[in-house]
Amino acid sequence: MGLFILRRTGVMILTALCLTFIVFTLTNLYPNLEKLAKTQGNFRMTDEAVSSWLAKNGYSQPMAVKYGQWLGVLPGWTLEGEDGTTGRCINGTVSPSEAAEASSFCGILQGDWGHSTVLQKDVASVVWQRLGYTLRLMGWVLLLMVPSALIIGVLAGMREGSVTDRSLSTVSILSTATPEYVSGVVFIAIFTSSTVGLKWFKGSATAATENPTFENFFLPVLTIALYGMGYIARMTRASMTEVMTAQYIRTARLKGVSFPKIVLKHALRNALIAPFTVIMLQFPWLLNGVVIVETLFNYKGFGWILVQAAGNNDIELLLAISVVSVFVVLLTQLISDIGYVFLNPRIRIS
Amino acid sequence: MDPLSWTGQIAFLTPFLLLALGLLALSILVWMLISILVPENRAIQNNGDSLRLSSSPRDFAAQAVKISFIGTAVVVLAYLLLGLALGTNAGIFGALAQRFLPVWIVLVLLFALSIGFKRDLGLYGKLFDSPIGMIGFALVMFWVFTGVFGAFDMIITHDPLAQLSGLKNKVPGTPLRNPEDGEFQWYLLGGDNLARDVFSRMVKGAWEVVRIAPLATLFAFMAGITLGLPAGYFGGRLDTLLSFLANLILAFPVILLFYLLVTPEIVATGLPQYMAAVLFAFPLVFFAVLINARFRTQPEKNYLWLGAVLVPMLILYLLVVSDPGSMLDILPAALDVIDIPGGILVVFVSVVFVNSPTVFRIVRGLAMDIKTRDYVAAAQTRGERPWYIMLWEVLPNARGPLIVDFCLRIGYTTILLGTLGFFGLGLPPESPDWGSTINEGRKLLSIYLHPALPPAIALLSLVLGLNLLADGLREESLKD
Repeated sequence: MGLFILRRTGVMILTALCLTFIVFTLTNLYPNLEKLAKTQGNFRMTDEAVSSWLAKNGYSQPMAVKYGQWLGVLPGWTLEGEDGTTGRCINGTVSPSEAAEASSFCGILQGDWGHSTVLQKDVASVVWQRLGYTLRLMGWVLLLMVPSALIIGVLAGMREGSVTDRSLSTVSILSTATPEYVSGVVFIAIFTSSTVGLKWFKGSATAATENPTFENFFLPVLTIALYGMGYIARMTRASMTEVMTAQYIRTARLKGVSFPKIVLKHALRNALIAPFTVIMLQFPWLLNGVVIVETLFNYKGFGWILVQAAGNNDIELLLAISVVSVFVVLLTQLISDIGYVFLNPRIRIS
Repeated sequence: MDPLSWTGQIAFLTPFLLLALGLLALSILVWMLISILVPENRAIQNNGDSLRLSSSPRDFAAQAVKISFIGTAVVVLAYLLLGLALGTNAGIFGALAQRFLPVWIVLVLLFALSIGFKRDLGLYGKLFDSPIGMIGFALVMFWVFTGVFGAFDMIITHDPLAQLSGLKNKVPGTPLRNPEDGEFQWYLLGGDNLARDVFSRMVKGAWEVVRIAPLATLFAFMAGITLGLPAGYFGGRLDTLLSFLANLILAFPVILLFYLLVTPEIVATGLPQYMAAVLFAFPLVFFAVLINARFRTQPEKNYLWLGAVLVPMLILYLLVVSDPGSMLDILPAALDVIDIPGGILVVFVSVVFVNSPTVFRIVRGLAMDIKTRDYVAAAQTRGERPWYIMLWEVLPNARGPLIVDFCLRIGYTTILLGTLGFFGLGLPPESPDWGSTINEGRKLLSIYLHPALPPAIALLSLVLGLNLLADGLREESLKD
């Protein structure tokens, strides 16, 4: 088991390195850097001015070197100018003696995430703050989505082909067919519109980052939860129907155990192994939904800054966001792998 | 001209519809309640055709659902037929029913023919035994035909890009201010923020989906199958490597990937075009291997088939991939007759790229399962080559799950296309595709509902139809 976890962690770190390198390369392609130079300098820069600006800010080094510096495994660049030394790890222009005192490594491994050009703030503080908002959103989504999906799935799967099964399956198909931007729009139209709607909720969740209330926070949560719910419910149903046809359930039935007891005591535990994996692997999609819903409801969390960073060519912020989201996805995959082995004693890792 | 009301002269049907819908909802609720509370019917099979009375509350409830469903269907049909007959006299519904006339005709023909010959049509015919599958198929084909006819400017009432004065954000049924002769005189579903016709844009949006989604899914399947079969069949290092790459793409949040691939800066570097060159090559590889594996021992036939299939595909491939003035400029401009607008190619490539790893995983799993079967062992004993076994033994036997997943995946691709449009990525801003229209409409959603709702409902119904279709297909294919 220990070796298995170690191996999975190794693969995960390798994946994370590959992915961050890809993102790094894509965000540091020349057209992006040119745009960055022009927004930081001025828009009418000549090509020579752009390349000299890039050279002065350490962007014209080879990609692998830049990646190493960003990661913090290679020493940051320094440049001796006429009026002092500039460098990756040096704030502004300083004298050579001060430059010697500055640390030579400053990448994300050292906790230096860089500076956001859009928000004009330190990336680390922005990311942690916004991640907090989004975790709150996700937490409520999971709290709403998982229990209702499991209940629907178990109810549908315990008697395959029954009326309950068919109607609940239709409901879950409907929910998987409704992407967030459709259900969100419909909900806003029905519940918040000032012309014909019910005005039960607020159409914007901007205030919910500071002061979440049922009124401004419920619709975003519901919108994300609904799309993911159908899929989990269908997986739970499939797993439940499979368990219900197992021999030991029939034995229990023939022994005269009551149906509710069979479901709760015998079937449920085995039926919930598969959904656990599904829920964990659902995280990348949940992240997707978060981005859509935060844009739709103007909830200024992690997904919202992703859109801002990507739309405004904010390289360092975008890199930090990708690192965090890739890490979250990989971590959930790892948990799902380990959890699956842990929950299912039939699988032996040799 | 007066503004149109929703129902016009057929307003008398509305109470009936409400009544029927209310009864339907009520009966379904009762049905579910009864099925939970009342114990199951004892399973006593009636022999032959002996009559059985509906006796238990369960059967009564089921009957009630059936009757109220038929009632609702009849009222809806009455709306349609009266609408077809009366046209704009029957309000917006009537006008809509009349605009969709070509679609109704083709749908009725298709269903009549399919049901008539369903015994000779294999799995497709069996679809018509399952009500769920039929509803799904009807929804899907409705949008497919709408898209195709819309592409020929048949259903639309106005130019989807034309802005008419005085119709900005106007409610459905608003008449044009000074219509010209022969011009349709109303904005059926109102005008959007730029005074364009919402209805025509929705119909044109169907074409955007119909021309991209199935083809993109097909390419994703080609790539997934070509890589997934050897990974599952051979296993070992190849499998480890390919699975690692697939997981790499899968671990990427889709939206981040879209933002990284679709921005103009990246497009300028030619990256999407290189990806297109790789991804579009998979069908070529697939068919080359497919044919060669089959006719390897008969060189003459082999070369004939290879030439007949690959030469046109290769020409098409070059025409599509090469684009004068960009990074991949292989063919001289005079020969390059097919020019895919840059935005669409980028969208296409990113959707294929996102979908193929999932297909890869499915195919790999299926191949690993099927390679343990006896017929594969028999083929191996016969001395067949691995590629023959993969493509002519394993793949045909994996077709059931693959067809079902194909339907589901088209729906998923539609959702992805909508997501791209929703974030304004790739497609040009005035494009009538549903995602972009929803995105534009949502900005004024709290005041004007009508620009955002029609594309949202259209997308929902298409994806729902594909899901139901997949469900029906799965059910019917499991019956064998």
